[in-house]
Amino acid sequence: MKILIVDDFSTMRRIIKNLLRDLGFTNTTEADDGNTALPMLRNGNFDFLITDWNMPGMSGLDLLKTVRADAKLCKLPVLMVTAESKKEQIIEAAQAGVNGYIVKPFTAATLKEKIEKIFERLNA
Amino acid sequence: MISIGELPVSDTKPKDNLLEKLKKLITHLESGDDQQALVLLDELSSGRDSYLFLELGKLTRKLHDSLTNFQLDTRLIGLANNDIPDAKERLNYVISMTEQSANRTLGAVEQSIAILDDLQDQAVQVNQNWGRFMRKELSIDEFRELTRGVTRLLETAGAQNLTVRNNLNEVLMAQEFQDLTSQIIRKVIRLVEELEVNMITLIKISGGLDKTPGAGPEASGDLSGPAVPGVSTSKASLSSQDEVDDLLSSLGF
Repeated sequence: MKILIVDDFSTMRRIIKNLLRDLGFTNTTEADDGNTALPMLRNGNFDFLITDWNMPGMSGLDLLKTVRADAKLCKLPVLMVTAESKKEQIIEAAQAGVNGYIVKPFTAATLKEKIEKIFERLNA
Repeated sequence: MISIGELPVSDTKPKDNLLEKLKKLITHLESGDDQQALVLLDELSSGRDSYLFLELGKLTRKLHDSLTNFQLDTRLIGLANNDIPDAKERLNYVISMTEQSANRTLGAVEQSIAILDDLQDQAVQVNQNWGRFMRKELSIDEFRELTRGVTRLLETAGAQNLTVRNNLNEVLMAQEFQDLTSQIIRKVIRLVEELEVNMITLIKISGGLDKTPGAGPEASGDLSGPAVPGVSTSKASLSSQDEVDDLLSSLGF
């Protein structure tokens, strides 16, 4: 499974990448905001998108909305991993069609659980 | 030095006193009591002098306040010109120190994981062949391969043990930022406190206190960032993943 990790902080990308590798997902690619992520998504046959919300350039929410509006990408499962924890924001992300939402700081177990849940639901 | 607050303050009575004294003065003059009239005249003029002092006192107080405010203004200018840019520099330094530390730690951890993975692969290989050897399933060539495998495993384990140890030390040392960053952040907190006190005084002086300064509207379009324990914000913030999950499941997730 090919996964794109989008976060403006390289340390967070490295942490997520390492956690994913431990979960058996070794095919990961990184991008530092929505603007760099979009062309990669359009050309890369990704199976899963993990994105932060607050990033310079294009935010994770805008990336999510663009993905959902794109005929080719609209079915792509998206997991948001972000420090934004306001009720309104979570509702906004849900309405925009996010598949999972993790608030930072998070644990390896949470990441595992959410990813499993997303694929469980997609395969149901 | 006499403090200004100790100056005579009697501003309602003088009018009544003055009227009474003038009435008495007229009575004395009419009755031809020049002696008493003179005494009263003296009293009246000295009363005028104390009025003068009172006004002078008020003026001095105003001057004193203006001078104090002037000092406050220069401190605010100093805060804006030097201390705030200085604080920004310090906080930027905190960012680069924590980033550096995170990268050092991640580098050491990633290298160690790769080493352990390699060791495990080798151990699994040797273990499988060892099992086959015990069951007498190995040919002589395979047995030679096994001994080479064992030698390689023992050598790697010995050498890489040291590397992993060094990496763990690196992780340990990378935590030194905590001491320095907290000192810097504490300094900036003190600066913000000083700025706060000065701003409050400025608001009081400019008489803006009748309108209670409430929290202004939150800048729209600005994301609120990480939730910080003990810091309340106007919008409801969920403090744990469980609360986020509850909210999402209530939305049909």
